[in-house]
Amino acid sequence: MRIPHSFLAAAALLAGGWALPHAPAAAQQARKGTILISQAWSRATAPRAQVGAGFLTIRNTDARPDRLLSASSPRAAKVEIHTMSMDGGVMRMRPLPDGLEIPARSVATLAPGGNHLMLIGLKAPLKQGDLVPATLRFARAGTIQVQLAVAAPGAPAPSGSGGHQ
Amino acid sequence: MRGIRNRLFAPLAMGLAVAACSGPTGDGNRQSSAATASTPGGSFRLVDTKGRSVTDQTLKGKPTAMFFGFTRCPDVCPTTMNRMALLHRKLGTEGNKLNIVFVSVDPEHDKREDIASFLSMFDAPVIGLTGEPAELDKMTKAYKVYIEKVPLPNGDYTIDHTARILLFDRNGGFVETMDSHAPEPEALGQLQQLIRG
Ligand SMILES: [Cu+2]
Repeated sequence: MRIPHSFLAAAALLAGGWALPHAPAAAQQARKGTILISQAWSRATAPRAQVGAGFLTIRNTDARPDRLLSASSPRAAKVEIHTMSMDGGVMRMRPLPDGLEIPARSVATLAPGGNHLMLIGLKAPLKQGDLVPATLRFARAGTIQVQLAVAAPGAPAPSGSGGHQ
Repeated sequence: MRGIRNRLFAPLAMGLAVAACSGPTGDGNRQSSAATASTPGGSFRLVDTKGRSVTDQTLKGKPTAMFFGFTRCPDVCPTTMNRMALLHRKLGTEGNKLNIVFVSVDPEHDKREDIASFLSMFDAPVIGLTGEPAELDKMTKAYKVYIEKVPLPNGDYTIDHTARILLFDRNGGFVETMDSHAPEPEALGQLQQLIRG
């Protein structure tokens, strides 16, 4: 399994186990134990919107599976873990009440068109450029703090990732 | 043109249209004129975000790209509108020769101002529509758009819905559907073809 250079750099930088809260460049990455979070991002929401989405990449380097059990954010009344599928051109979204398993030595990507965090009951719209704090709770790794970097409304990928914008 | 129409018609139907794939000739041209009655489209009467009445007649004169969704959809709807805005920019002046329409299928939640708020995020002149639930129901059936309101354990609901963009010619005739995830040059080509039709 190849690990991107940026990941190694971040892992080295964050060897203490927590994202550095005052280092924006590293804000979308965090590590705790054998769980590495990267590409944590979100999308700007409409002035009247009450919901938003959160996306991130979760790498489990452990020989055992882990599970993302729940998430929370001070910016939302609650955060749910959702799955989304496209079947015959029909979009279906459902909550995952038991969370999301991250199999041993694998990567789970929460991204547009698939699994995502759903921020419900936004206290204020998410603005492009915001860093939205979120706490992820894993069965094994425990809690991990991340910051979701808010990209443009409907952006297909996080800012600076070489997406369409 | 005909080839594209046939290729894309079947995925749109999603089990609602039963007649889509029948064709006696077996030459790959599966949609005969006999199937015309089952193509998406027809009359409707809705209102835009300013409360003005918009019907199928209002849209005629320009081809139309129409998407059905709801403003609380966190993923596919904003992704699609972002895409349409991008394509609209890339079309340049030709972009003004196309109606881009967003129809909310969540009349319970989406008031005119919610739709206006949602569309304000995207840099394109999108016509946002809503209407009476019965009228929306009639329209989505006629347009063969799958809509299902699904209760969630948290007491809220979500809406399963067709995530394809429907393309109509300047007379309101159904042409084909567009996948919001299609490669950009392909999607742009589809719209250019529709406009130059
Ligand atoms: Cu969701």
